[in-house]
Amino acid sequence: MEPLDPVTAAHRAKLTDHEVDQIIGRLLQVGVLLAALVVLVGGAMFLREHGATVADFRAFVPGTSELRSLSGIIHGALAGDSAAITQLGLVLLIATPVARVALTLVAFLYQRDRLYVAVTTLVLALLVYGLVWGKA
Amino acid sequence: MALWVAAGSLLAGLLGALTGLGGGIIVVPLLTLVFHVDLRYAIGASLVSVIATSSGAAAAYVREGYTNVRVGILLETGTTLGALVGAVLSGFIPTSALAILFGVVLLYTAYQSMQPRAEHVLADQPDKWAQRLRLDSTYPTPNGLQAYSVQGVPTGLGLMFGAGILSALLGIGSGIIKVLAMDHAMKLPFKVSTTTSNFMIGVTAAASAGVYLHKGYVQPAIAFPVMLGVLAGALLGARLLAVIHTTLLRRLFTVVVVVMAAQMLYKGFTGAI
Repeated sequence: MEPLDPVTAAHRAKLTDHEVDQIIGRLLQVGVLLAALVVLVGGAMFLREHGATVADFRAFVPGTSELRSLSGIIHGALAGDSAAITQLGLVLLIATPVARVALTLVAFLYQRDRLYVAVTTLVLALLVYGLVWGKA
Repeated sequence: MALWVAAGSLLAGLLGALTGLGGGIIVVPLLTLVFHVDLRYAIGASLVSVIATSSGAAAAYVREGYTNVRVGILLETGTTLGALVGAVLSGFIPTSALAILFGVVLLYTAYQSMQPRAEHVLADQPDKWAQRLRLDSTYPTPNGLQAYSVQGVPTGLGLMFGAGILSALLGIGSGIIKVLAMDHAMKLPFKVSTTTSNFMIGVTAAASAGVYLHKGYVQPAIAFPVMLGVLAGALLGARLLAVIHTTLLRRLFTVVVVVMAAQMLYKGFTGAI
């Protein structure tokens, strides 16, 4: 294989940069849209079931663990519980920026940019820690 | 009630997008003052809506080439760490103190929105930190690509840590502090700081929203009308932006913000929240 001259190499790197931007933009759109759809379905079901009862949210009650852990939310959603489906949509939404940081990490890995691979890994670790364990 | 909350949130998202101040800043006062929702539920719902609007808007921004991804991800170490710290602190701070803090932030937002935002002179002196971290970049202008060098990296990072704490405590995007840090401390061009700030808001909010999900602050019955309403309002606002004159609207919004600030301060000091 012929070695690339520096200009072509730079041009290719530029192209992938642009492609990464396009992919990230698309990911954000799809993530938000998908989350909104799931929330809409769950919310509509919830209103049909609880429409007449006026809930009181003046006081804070931590609530059932079913809606507070990822496994509980997934189990509830699979069982067709409307509140859990709504919550699953909200989790998808929270996961969208996390996926974006993960993609940014892949891009820096691809560019062999060690410093920013380290920086991005730190941000991703903090995000995953908050979302998965949440015992901050 | 869900439909009224959705309608109110739609209006908040619409005004937030049209004035450029973001809907998050009035969602929490709307929920607590008008709908009498507990402050913690309001913060959870607001954070979720902040993620929705910032991710929606960022999708358009990344492609225009204004966002400085290196500056964004570097400062996100400060904001996400701050957000996690803020999420821990929120368990120890009484809601009345949070309401007072919210009132102060609302007043500052109103003050800031009255100030003309002139483009500052771009720094031409290279900065030691910015060079080591390869932050200097270019952005598109009508006259071609304009190079800029980034200043004040440690100050910017410190301010971002504060922005993260504030974002978690109050359930807002803290866009004003982010722009302050990037405009004034780091001397980024106007368009770069605005779009990079938007790039970061969703990530910051996701850090504390994750923790709040486990704490039970994210209540689906409240969060769903808020999230859908704000998102719809923001999308509508982005469409209307081209055809609506925003100066009058901005003044109106400032008045709304000041009224809400006064109410939050009153409720905070009387302990009625």
